[in-house]
Amino acid sequence: MMNNQGRPTGIDGTTETSNAGYETYTGNRGLAQVEGLIYEIGDTQRTGVDLPEVEEFESCIGGVTRDNEIGLAGLTEPEAMRHYTRLSRKNYAIDLGLYPLGSCTMKHNPRLNEKVARLPGVADIHPLQPISTVQGALDLIDTLAHWLKTLTGMPAVAMSPKAGAHGELCGLMAIRSALEAKGDARSIVLAPESAHGTNPATAALCGYKVKPIPATEDGRVDLDAMKEALGPDVAAIMVTNPNTCGLFEREIIEIADAVHAIGGYFYCDGANFNAIVGKVRPGDLGVDAMHINLHKTFSTPHGGGGPGAGPVVLSEALAPYAPIPYVVMGEEDFDMVEHDTTGKSFGRMTAFHGQMGMFTRALAYMMSHGADGLARVAEDSVLNANYVLASLKDIMSASFEGPCMHEALFDDRFLKDTGVSTLDFSKAMIDEGYHPMTMYFPLVVHGAMLIEPTESESKQSVDQFIGMMRYLVEKAKAGDTGRFTGAPYNAPLKRLDETGAARNPVLRWTAAE
Amino acid sequence: MRYLPLSTDDRAEMLAKICVENINDLFVDVPNHALLKGLVDLPNHMTEMEVEQNFEAYSAKSVAAGSVPFFVGAGAYRHHVPASVDYQIQRGEYLTAYTPYQPEISQGTLQTLYEFQSQVAQITGMDVANASMYDGSTACGEAALMACRVTRKKRIIVSGNLHPHYIDVVKNLTKFTDGVVVDNDPTLNKPENLIDQVDDDTACVIVQNPDFFGNINDFSDLADALHERKKLLVIVNTEVVALGAIKSPGEMGADIVVGEGQSIGNGLNYGGPYVGLFATRQKYVRQMPGRLCGETTDADGKRGFVLTLSTREQHIRREKATSNICTNAGLCTLAFTIHMTLLGEKGYRHLAQLNHAGTVKLKNKLAGIDGLEVLNETFFNEFTVRLSNNAAEVVETLVENDVIAGLPVSRLYPDRPELNNILIIAVTETTSEDDMDILVAELKEVLK
Repeated sequence: MMNNQGRPTGIDGTTETSNAGYETYTGNRGLAQVEGLIYEIGDTQRTGVDLPEVEEFESCIGGVTRDNEIGLAGLTEPEAMRHYTRLSRKNYAIDLGLYPLGSCTMKHNPRLNEKVARLPGVADIHPLQPISTVQGALDLIDTLAHWLKTLTGMPAVAMSPKAGAHGELCGLMAIRSALEAKGDARSIVLAPESAHGTNPATAALCGYKVKPIPATEDGRVDLDAMKEALGPDVAAIMVTNPNTCGLFEREIIEIADAVHAIGGYFYCDGANFNAIVGKVRPGDLGVDAMHINLHKTFSTPHGGGGPGAGPVVLSEALAPYAPIPYVVMGEEDFDMVEHDTTGKSFGRMTAFHGQMGMFTRALAYMMSHGADGLARVAEDSVLNANYVLASLKDIMSASFEGPCMHEALFDDRFLKDTGVSTLDFSKAMIDEGYHPMTMYFPLVVHGAMLIEPTESESKQSVDQFIGMMRYLVEKAKAGDTGRFTGAPYNAPLKRLDETGAARNPVLRWTAAE
Repeated sequence: MRYLPLSTDDRAEMLAKICVENINDLFVDVPNHALLKGLVDLPNHMTEMEVEQNFEAYSAKSVAAGSVPFFVGAGAYRHHVPASVDYQIQRGEYLTAYTPYQPEISQGTLQTLYEFQSQVAQITGMDVANASMYDGSTACGEAALMACRVTRKKRIIVSGNLHPHYIDVVKNLTKFTDGVVVDNDPTLNKPENLIDQVDDDTACVIVQNPDFFGNINDFSDLADALHERKKLLVIVNTEVVALGAIKSPGEMGADIVVGEGQSIGNGLNYGGPYVGLFATRQKYVRQMPGRLCGETTDADGKRGFVLTLSTREQHIRREKATSNICTNAGLCTLAFTIHMTLLGEKGYRHLAQLNHAGTVKLKNKLAGIDGLEVLNETFFNEFTVRLSNNAAEVVETLVENDVIAGLPVSRLYPDRPELNNILIIAVTETTSEDDMDILVAELKEVLK
């Protein structure tokens, strides 16, 4: 048997019989193994650690002791290793294949970065040990700050935000503080309809009302509508650039000028910085604040949902309001400013100093690429996305004219009358061995499919992805709906009942009555 | 460039397919003056070996906690993490996976999150826990916001013995949404009267246990008094190992429990990434921030897990969401869960006893030193001492002798000279008796 690229997949005639319909004793199917919860395979008596004996002592707990059983299940080390290894095999991951999630930038995670993040002078230092004993760490943070400022063309950076949304909060808090300092807090933030949900949620946390700005027919901020919405009560506009349709905002300078003209600020959501890193500096576009998702552009691993890191670059006007703490260079040594002495800083966003472990990985990634490699990152990511767009636009419906930036947006017009939805189509991709693209986002087109291949993919890999997509489109158009409506069939589980999960939430294990 | 697979030929072929001549034709929408003509002013790419050498140099310029007798805690603790934890979290299937929005191909992450939520609910003694927040301090800020939502009140009363960074985060997170944070002075080892500060506008009282200075309290009476007034009790824990020995916040009657989970599975990492724990009562689950994983079935009736109740979250509810949080502490929760599974009930309780026993031992060793007074009557693995000298200066002197003696609290309270001689000392299972003896000898020397 050969696959569509002519690679052998098995001995002729045998591949279809391997999963014959009989039941197995274990429920396993070869390497597809069923794995219970720790509470089902372990118990409260088992442990996977050997600890020294506790010598006799007189308790100083003061009688506030924990007397009832907690019910924690334990496993010995071999059992735990097997449990978590088996579970890991039920995950899709970048290491297993292309991850076309638009606006998420799922790129390769170099293992060198993991290695250096575990060096003792980085991983085994305490956030409150004396400043004189963490000079290497402060040097590292300062160096990363220098790279971020240089790449964005901005004069200052706040390092402590823990993730993108936390960075947005940092930026908007700096903006609100700057406005309040002028006695003019204002009440409205403008955000395009295509914005990430975190933008309006963040604005609300800063006490702002959000006014949505419509998109033009070519997928960009409607400048006229925006100018219409601007007024003395507008504190800021939050614009993602490149935007969530994968397009560069052509009128970005005009947007910045317009918001500055009414005394407001320009917050740029830097989620899509990967498309322009090393090629365009947001500081040259009139940006006042922008967060950088180190877990996107600078490749710190997503880890199944985090941790991230969201440093925020700030303009001269906003820099005085930055949160504490921050690193400064003293006469001889680095120092950490942990208390505001100017009366301007808007406060503290988190305990300690931010995501050091992520800083280390991001800086290793940056140094590995260098100025030349980072520009190439942007170019290759944009090239791969445009290649996907060019290779699929005849058969799928591209939402906007190209060129796109690092992601290509399609909508579901090409599925009209096929009986196949964006969701069904995406689930069929799982059967082809791919993670689905971002779907139903952005909200400005119907049944959105947002594809971001990233620069980590070889041409061969992108070609296979394109071939797979074309194959599925043809099947959908040919009325072969069966492979879509119930998909996936080849994943560890079939489609899951998410409605039932929400209606009757079971959020933890409990012992049977 | 080792991370970029496209070859020159590939690029040319692809540009031809796109029908453009060169790569900058794809950047036509960038205003002309903003497209850089050359490279940014940073070094060019480096080999793997060169990068590694750079980081070895950074590493060598800091003093690793494990290389000296080390006694700093105050919200981050140096515990031993089994080797298998770090091996598992570096498996590509976990490390390089996205948020599990596609449950059919994310059951690994989802099931571990479900195990995590179960473990956190158990150790806090609460009904439900979420899939993590950034860290303990931001979880604490979110707890204040949640208490305001639940009670529709805006006043937040904060214990003076809550970690000062946590107090600052609560203040910061509520400052633009009309939150009123009521401050209290740190009392060191004296009890606080918080209930008398509760008025009609109060949403909640936030306390820490063991508190910042190491004292252990039973907040059951406070919980009862608050519930009579229809107010919420938030209990913060920054050393999760303690819950293996002391009465849980849930047993005391807490409505929301938040904590720093770093101690289990995660290293010090100079302050992050850590893992924020967030647990509450079943009746408040729809007011919770953050992701939640729930059990369900697939089309064949097999058990599986999905992210659920997402109508609370920003990607659905936008400005009406319970929080703006998106990314959480995914991989750190996995480390927590694997370590906790290796411990089990037996190991967790043993670890707690070991920590407490070591701390009691050090306290006894310090008893005879002139110019040093232990202030705590109760403690778990951390206690507060008053020195005859300035604590920051004592710590600096001991650094020169390769001992990191604890946290001089003046670092966190620069405006309270009355605390200048106060030092907080932490002990874990990684602290040896030799370490203790060295500290005792050094303190004797410097305080004489």
